[in-house]
Amino acid sequence: MSTVERPAAETRRWVGQSVARKEDPKLLTGRAGFIGDVVLPGMLHGAVLRSPHAHARIVSIDTSEAEALPGVVVVLTGATAAELVDPMPAFCAEPVEQRAIAVDRVRFPGEAVAAVAATDRYIAEDACARIRVEYEVLPALVDPVAAMDPSATRVHETLDSNVVFHRTLDWGDVDADLARAHTIVRSSARWHRMGAHPIETAGAVASWDPFSQSMTMWSNSNFINFLPWAFAGILRVSTNRLRMIPCTVGGSFGSKHLITKVVSITGALSKACGRPVQYLEDRADNVAANDNVGCDRIYDAELALAEDGEMLGLVLRIIDDYGAYFQFAHGQHGNAVAQPVGPYRIGSLRYDVSCVLTNKVQQGFFRGAGADPGNFILERLVDKAALEMGIDRVELRRRNFIRPDQFPYKIPTGNIYDSGDYEAVLDRALEIAGLDRWRAEQERLRAEGRYLGIGLASCQERSGYNASEWWSFYDEPPLPATSTPESCKIDVDAMGGVRATIGCPLWGNSPETVVGQVVAEEFGIDPSAVSVVYADSTIGAISAGPGGSRVTIMLSGATRGAARTVKDKMIRVAASAMEMDPEDVECVDGVFRAKGAPGTSMTMAEVGMKAHLFHDGTDEAESSGLVAVYTYDHPYFTPPSADRSDLGAFYPMVSHACHIPIVEVDPETGEVTLRAYYVVNDCGTVMNPALVEGQVVGGIVQGIGAALMEEYSYGATDGALETPTFREYLLPSMHEVPEIVLEHLETPSPFTTYGVKGVGEGGRLVAPTAIASAVDDALRPLGVWVDELPMTPERVVGMIADAQRRP
Amino acid sequence: MPDEVRVRITVNGTRHDLRTEPRTLLADLLRNDLALPGTHLGCEQGVCGACTVLVDDVATRSCLVFAAQLDGASVRTVESLAGADGTLHPIQRAFTEEHGLQCGFCTPGMLMGACELLERVPEPRREDVEEALGGNLCRCTGYQNIVRSVCAAGRLMAGQASDGQTSDGQTSDEQSGVRA
Ligand code: FES
Ligand code: FES
Repeated sequence: MSTVERPAAETRRWVGQSVARKEDPKLLTGRAGFIGDVVLPGMLHGAVLRSPHAHARIVSIDTSEAEALPGVVVVLTGATAAELVDPMPAFCAEPVEQRAIAVDRVRFPGEAVAAVAATDRYIAEDACARIRVEYEVLPALVDPVAAMDPSATRVHETLDSNVVFHRTLDWGDVDADLARAHTIVRSSARWHRMGAHPIETAGAVASWDPFSQSMTMWSNSNFINFLPWAFAGILRVSTNRLRMIPCTVGGSFGSKHLITKVVSITGALSKACGRPVQYLEDRADNVAANDNVGCDRIYDAELALAEDGEMLGLVLRIIDDYGAYFQFAHGQHGNAVAQPVGPYRIGSLRYDVSCVLTNKVQQGFFRGAGADPGNFILERLVDKAALEMGIDRVELRRRNFIRPDQFPYKIPTGNIYDSGDYEAVLDRALEIAGLDRWRAEQERLRAEGRYLGIGLASCQERSGYNASEWWSFYDEPPLPATSTPESCKIDVDAMGGVRATIGCPLWGNSPETVVGQVVAEEFGIDPSAVSVVYADSTIGAISAGPGGSRVTIMLSGATRGAARTVKDKMIRVAASAMEMDPEDVECVDGVFRAKGAPGTSMTMAEVGMKAHLFHDGTDEAESSGLVAVYTYDHPYFTPPSADRSDLGAFYPMVSHACHIPIVEVDPETGEVTLRAYYVVNDCGTVMNPALVEGQVVGGIVQGIGAALMEEYSYGATDGALETPTFREYLLPSMHEVPEIVLEHLETPSPFTTYGVKGVGEGGRLVAPTAIASAVDDALRPLGVWVDELPMTPERVVGMIADAQRRP
Repeated sequence: MPDEVRVRITVNGTRHDLRTEPRTLLADLLRNDLALPGTHLGCEQGVCGACTVLVDDVATRSCLVFAAQLDGASVRTVESLAGADGTLHPIQRAFTEEHGLQCGFCTPGMLMGACELLERVPEPRREDVEEALGGNLCRCTGYQNIVRSVCAAGRLMAGQASDGQTSDGQTSDEQSGVRA
């Protein structure tokens, strides 16, 4: 482990300020260049025909009528597409093959069975309606527990069982902790299936050139500079002949890392006709078939505690419904074990996971990526322990928090927590919430027969991933640890203009603003003077982009590295021109000047002109120009041990938050209303307070959706998707959102460039469990315990009725 | 090819005389035929509000209206707001000052919905904004700053109308826009 020397916060000028967002003007004026805005000469438009059945054999497909329609250029079935493109890249070791267009068999409702390219989208849709598919319907596997039965129909013939992956891992002496426990709290909880559902769907424009065998691909994927070879593999294009161009992305929340189905279908259509093709999912495509669905878990959990409330050990048995494919393997569990013990000193953990295949769309990634249900179950157990042991829930947390003097702290799985002061966060949250006032209000309302509840959750947000989470539960292959890097190129032109070129796309966060702040900090210029552009894959520098709350951490490291490299060269050029030793030259406020003798100086433009056009040849090692590409590797990671008894440091920048929501529940209608919401957040050094607040509040509102309304639902017998559009799958609107009061504490990370930690997922990582705790608190007199979300009116009424029936 | 219909429509002050299929949606006419990509499609079924434009000054979901229904109508899209010289409209300024957008995909619909509201109710309160924009979905911001933005826009516009100056009382660093 190494710690980073870093200038004191007081000396910083731009890092830490609410600098105006550079991204805004183009977004506000409708000229940001989303994938739907890409238009090429001769471009065709794609549409996809999808299976109405959850599980069926494709007996025959007749495309003749569709092909005869004027304006239709190509119709592809699974079989004809397979001649042009390869199956999806899979991160799993098990033989689960997935193609973008199904061949012979469909395994979830909405799986693609044919695709069309036509002169406009309307005609492409008409053509889809003219394709005749004969299906032989097969039994649909909807319930994951039933799917585990050895006699159940198999989703994939290549597997012996629908349990595609099972493993039990023990860290620490779990049995001993269970044996010596005074109390063991149990919870059977359910974390339900939700979708990321950005307002922009996924899309791509592919342009295949059969003469040079090269492909240009515009898309709203993130991984264009991280895994471009994976796309080349699907498209059967050599890696150095695939050019991936980023677009401004209308939100992702984890769902657009790869979008391999969309890329594959678009690429196949373009290859089939040698013309550019655009395919944009419509909302029905996106809800049914984009891999934007998060975890779908059944927990059987135990928390072992000593008599004084000391948390000893944790047992998590999980059945996770992965849907029909396993493209991203058990990555969501690799992720969850970065922080399974939360902010507490829990000494041992048993993690038993069964990944089960069913006839639903497969899991992808959604903000939280596996740690979201982890926080939910842990905080539910802690609240339950407080209740059962008669210890105040705040006090129980206090007794078990990792203390500030214990950092860096190694948790049982091997991950490291870098820094924190959890009790200070809790104290401040209680203060700003004005707990006594709300308790009084609660009592007053109870006398009137009304139910107010005060929620509380103290949770972690691991950030800055090292991709070993994707494979660490496998013994093989024994891959080395990955550094998940990020790159930035900076050039200063002959007139002193500074431009940064970054490898990650604009995904709705603020990379341009962050880069502007960091460059401004390094050169002492104004952020508005820095121009930022997005690189396509020809930059040839690796960038994993946003994900796992990493981008500000990694991008600030990459940008500072590139800026310093260029600045150092400018110092040498200026020193040579001023006939001084470089040691005696500094850059202050964008001016290169002699240390201690500010009279002798050169502007950025003067240095730029000299470096570009008047290289004096005195230093043979130095060539003309001012440009540097800097790749910032993950600042601190270690590999898993061979026996997996130590997974290594793989997510060591750990933010923390305490949420206190106030709800009112109407026991007659079951309606839950948020009256107020208080948050204290610690994400290390706050790069830009306004933007951080935006991330936290946006995440909390997604968490409100998780807690109260969002849910994928499938027909119990036929497996039909019952929530195919935004009419059935409900997203939070302005009406559900209370005023959210937010404060920050800062415990800078010792590992990162400016002490920054992640913040992109935190709101959603904490809010659902905090709101569940508030509903419990409200309905305590009625004996309700929340172990299932979302708390829709029907479910709340049902929970109250169940509680009343219990003796 | 189905028969085409004639549509005479004014969009952002420019008159067009077009022929289009009867089934062409207003959103597609704007985006494809008139090359105005600022109007976004999030659901194409009237739920998300991203496609909101003003038709004869009324906020309208352009994914639910056929262009053929609008012969003689006047339409305003997000492209009508800012000046060609790069000056943002006060509503746009308020959205950037209050950080009322993240990915920006819902934003054109929010801006046009806000535009209609502010023309009706010059200095709206939170409840007015919720009533006007409660049906527009945003997956990024959590809405809090959108509400603030619209209220701030009202103040900015009122200030401009009365004395040509901003009225929000905020000081901001001229160049970098650091918020007070
Ligand atoms: S696209 Fe028109 S309301 Fe969603
Ligand atoms: S800013 Fe992304 S949907 Fe509203």
